Formats: sequence, structure tokens, C-alpha cells
Amino acid sequence: MKDFEKLIMKDVGMSYGDLHVLRDFNLTVDRNEFVTLLGPSGCGKSTALSCISGLLHINDGRIQVDDEILDDGGHRFVSPEKRGFGIIFQNYALFPHMTVFNNIAFSLSVSHKPKDEIKKRVEEAIRMVHLEGQELKYPSQLSGGQQQRVAIARSVVIEPRLLLLDEPLSNLDTKLRIEMRFELKQIHKRLERASIYVTHDQSEALALSDKIVIMKIGKIQQIGTPKAVYLYPANRFVADFMGYKNIWKAKISEITESEGQRQILLESNGFKLISRSIIAENIQVDTAVINAAKLGEEVLVAIRPDDISFGAAAVNTLEATVEVTEYLGTTNQVSAKFKNGTLMQARVTPSHSISMNDRVTFNIDSHKIFVIPDDKEEA
Amino acid sequence: MERRKGWSAETTAFLFPAVVFLLVVFIYPFIYAIQLSLTDGMGAVTLANYIKYFTNVVEMKTILITLKISLPVTILSIVLAVSIAYFMRRGIKHEKLISFFLMLPMTLGVVLIAEGMITYFGRNGWVMMLLEQLGFVADRTSLIHNYFGVVMSLFIQTFPMGLIILIGYTSGIHPSLEMAATMLGATKAQTFWKIMLPLMMPGVLIAFALNFTSAFSVFTSAIMLGQPTSLTRVMAYAAYVHAYEYYDYNFSATICIIMIIIQLIIIGFVFALRNRLYKGASAVGKG
Repeated sequence: MKDFEKLIMKDVGMSYGDLHVLRDFNLTVDRNEFVTLLGPSGCGKSTALSCISGLLHINDGRIQVDDEILDDGGHRFVSPEKRGFGIIFQNYALFPHMTVFNNIAFSLSVSHKPKDEIKKRVEEAIRMVHLEGQELKYPSQLSGGQQQRVAIARSVVIEPRLLLLDEPLSNLDTKLRIEMRFELKQIHKRLERASIYVTHDQSEALALSDKIVIMKIGKIQQIGTPKAVYLYPANRFVADFMGYKNIWKAKISEITESEGQRQILLESNGFKLISRSIIAENIQVDTAVINAAKLGEEVLVAIRPDDISFGAAAVNTLEATVEVTEYLGTTNQVSAKFKNGTLMQARVTPSHSISMNDRVTFNIDSHKIFVIPDDKEEA
Repeated sequence: MERRKGWSAETTAFLFPAVVFLLVVFIYPFIYAIQLSLTDGMGAVTLANYIKYFTNVVEMKTILITLKISLPVTILSIVLAVSIAYFMRRGIKHEKLISFFLMLPMTLGVVLIAEGMITYFGRNGWVMMLLEQLGFVADRTSLIHNYFGVVMSLFIQTFPMGLIILIGYTSGIHPSLEMAATMLGATKAQTFWKIMLPLMMPGVLIAFALNFTSAFSVFTSAIMLGQPTSLTRVMAYAAYVHAYEYYDYNFSATICIIMIIIQLIIIGFVFALRNRLYKGASAVGKG
């Protein structure tokens, strides 16, 4: 099937009765792009994938590849088998009564390809996922990782113009997950086609994607490169999801800009904080979020536990009472309380010995304090 | 405390009631029947009963009659059960109610079904009365007391069992397998023949074996709804006649043993077929 330049989802909506699982979903996927839909369970990411695959009909908006409309929420609907997309399910959905070879050959044999062509292409796919010698085994005789490879080979053997992956690594153990993650990226590169990947694991999303779509209860929260969503979360939800464990209320008291740097003075938890950021950083990010910061505005500051260190500094020095410490090997996870009762999470070098109820001074790098709008939402 | 492998005396003792029950109710009668079939009325060992059976045209014909009734009934009930179970695999509206009516015949006895069919399909039954009133038939005839009557009643008795078994199998097939087949370009028909049916096959064969044995030993229906002396002289009826009309227990036992052998042959054939097919679980989990 012909490759596409762009897959476009425009104002897509999908609901079961009154339950809106997907709202105003807008996304463009370029050819060769690796896009990840990221979010907690129930955020609609799998539903979005099913809508793209054609296993679900949409109610509003449209899905199209280039000029070809796949689903317009009405009469125009291209059935899943005619879309030329491949899918890998979370449970792999291998046919248990067929050998590895026949599983991979399935799509070719239902479209009545000649025998020698089937053999050639299946062997090629088997080589690609390193399953040589396993052709005559049944899925139940394979390990989880091998089953995963069969599932990949089975969906890429037809050379789909788009590969859809629904949490394909979640059934594997940690070590294998990281190995397969690497291989998925290799395969994506070799196929030179677009992939859409669904996961709830932010590290998978960061490692694999060209573009990350963060979702919450059916709505897109932020779209951006891994770096953009990691460094510039658009709202509290994204910040929390991206590992900003410290999200505090703050008030802007001064904004100054000079030599491409912006400096925001804030007041939070009774401390004065300085947040510095480079204005024209060359990353894909909705800078409007940051630029919109106004004097006197109530905002949130987001800080990662790893960006907080021990000791006093010239700026951003905080004092807190230690509540709990957890030894994690390379780091010490510390929970400490400010005077006003707000909790702070820090991950510091374990060389300092601290114990409960110690009054400790911490400091934060001013480039690691991110100002995000207070959307008054519960994280 | 040391724990030995294998069964302790205590756990073995739990088996005792079951073993006794099997011995008394199944094993002993079975051995007794074999013994009866291999002796004459005086107790002398002989093959005369079997020779008599296989040289008697009337008796040999009962095998054919019984197969002619039981095989079509079994096949019909399985084919219908497969299609209904396939249709119901993702659940349907009013599933409980529909299942209730499909299963209902199981709760009725054979005699009750036969009685019902007589009042419905008989010469003075509702169907004939209606057809006569509407002017479709001039002379009322009975739709039962023939081959059709027996087949119908056997179908009503055996179908629910096959359906229960097959619904169990189809609902156990993970929906993602069907979705995967669709995404790989298979049509609905290809998905059914290449994915769903092969995965249902173990259930199909088990249902076949159960329905066949139940249909093959037909007795009541053949008498109440057929013509037991001619058209529907099935093996079970022949065994009954020889035992209780001619008082020839030895020959009756011979018929029973032959019945068992024929059933075993057909079921053995079905299970040999099953072993040639895939017989694993219908879904693959993580490794």
C-alpha cells in the first residue's frame, strides 16, 4: 500500500453513550515519525489507537491519511483490513493453533500470495526479529520476549504504512522491556514508516518517541518532543506525570528579561525563589504557556526531587524539617516539611547523614524551577 | 516433619467411596454383560450369540437404523450449536433470557418432550389442525411416529448440551485474536474458518462425542415417536425386546456390548482426529 505523508486526526471525538472517552483530539503524524500516546489508565489512549486502526468508529471529527478520509464519524469509513495498518496488541494476540511461521504468514496467506513469495517474506521477517530456528514452534512453547517478536514480525511482514503498538512491553519483565524497547526503535528505523505507540510508562515514551502526546480523561494535555514535555510541562498534570514531585503554589513578584534570559522572582511557601529560563531555546514547546506569566499572578512552580541539593546557596535556599528518609543506593529519598506544612521531596547524595526531625537547609538551581500556570486542577 | 512424596493413606482413603461406587455401578455390570454375551443360557462359554447377531439381517439392520438416526441428529445439533455459540461469543442482548429458552429442553424429561411433540405434531395435534383449518391439507396425517419424529426429539434433547459446551469454548477465545485477524487483512469468513473454528474444534469434538453417545442409545423417543418394530427399530429397543419379551438375557447383553463397541469406535475416531489437531489453550499468556 502507498505510504502517506501525514496522518491527520481533526477534532476527533468518541463516546460510549454519555461517556466521552475522546474529546477534541487533534494530532498529525508525519511519515517516519514515532509518536507516543502517554497517560494513565482511562485517559483514552487505547481508544485513540482503536479509532486509528478502525476497530472503533469515531463520533465526531475525522481521521485521514493525506487526502484519503478513513473515518468522518458518519458514512465514510474505511474498514480496518483496508487501511494498511499493522497492530501489536498488549497480549500479542498470537494464534495459538498456528506455528510461528504460519502466524507470521497469516496476512500473506489470507491475501493469497504465491507460496514462494510467502516463504521469502516470512523468512525475512523472522531474520529481522532474530527468531531463526523457531519457525515450527507454537506460541505456547515460546518465552514472552519471543512471543513479542513473533507479534512484531507478523505485523511488519505486510509492510504496513503505519504501525500501531498498544502497550506492547507491559507484559515483559524490566530487563527484557529495556532490551525490546531498543529493538522496537531499531525496527521502526528500518521500516521507515510511522509508528504510534501507546503506553503509561514515561521512561518508555521518552526513550522511543519523536513526539509525545500526553493525555488525561480523553483530552490531550500537551504535545511535544520528549525534551519539551520533560523540561516544559504545560500544566500541573503533565508536570506530575513527568516526575515533578514538588508542585507548589507561588506568586510572581517580578519578571525581568535580558540577553535571551528570563528571570522570574517568586514567592512560595514563605521563601523567595528565582526561576531562570532561556527564552529562545530551540525546542518544540508551547512557549505561550511560559510567556504568559504576569506580575502578581498565582502560578505553580514545579521542581524535580533530583534538582534539590543539600546546603545553602546564593539563591533559592530553603529550610525544612526531615520527616522520612529512604536509602535508595545511589541516592537518598528525603521527605521534608516547610514551616507552613507543605511537603518537599528531594533526592540527594547519601553521603550526608540525616535523620528524622533534623532541620536541614536545601537549595535549588534556578534553572530547574519551572513556572506553570495554576489550572486549579487536582493532579 | 518429613513429608513423603505421593499419596498418604489418608488421602487414598478419600478415594474409597468413589472406587466402590464405580465398581458396583459401572465395572461389575459391564463385566457381567461381557460374561453374559459370551455364554449360553446354561452358562457354557460360546461365541454363538455374536455369530447369531452378525448372521441375522434384522439385527444387523438395527445398527444402520441407529446410525442413520444418531449421526444426522448429532451433526445437525453441533452445526447449529457452533453457529449460535459463534454468534453469542461477545454476548448479545437479553442473553440470559435467550440462553434460558435454549437450555430449557434439558430440564424436561425425554417422556415430557415426546408427549409434547405428540400433542403438537400428531394426527390430532395443533399443527395438523391448523393446516386443515387453513385449507392446506385435506386429510390430517401424523408428522411423527416416523424417522422425523425421532430425529426431532433427539435434537431437542441433545442440542442444549452441545450449545453449553461450545459457548464455553467460544467465550474463552480472546477477542484480540479476532481483531488481530481483521487487522492482518482477513475477511470475516477467513477469520471464522482459519481462527475461530480451529480454536473451537476441541469443544466441537467433545460436544460431538457426548451428543452422539446420547443419540446412539436412543430408546424412549424411538418407541414413543417412531415405529419401533420397523422404521425406528434401534439397537437399544432390540436389546430390550430380547431381554424382556424373549427372556434371552445373553443375546440382549450381546447387543449391548456391540452398541458399546460401535460407540467406542466412533468416539475413538473423533478423538484420534482431535489429537491430530491443535489441543492447547485458546489464548497465549506471557511466557
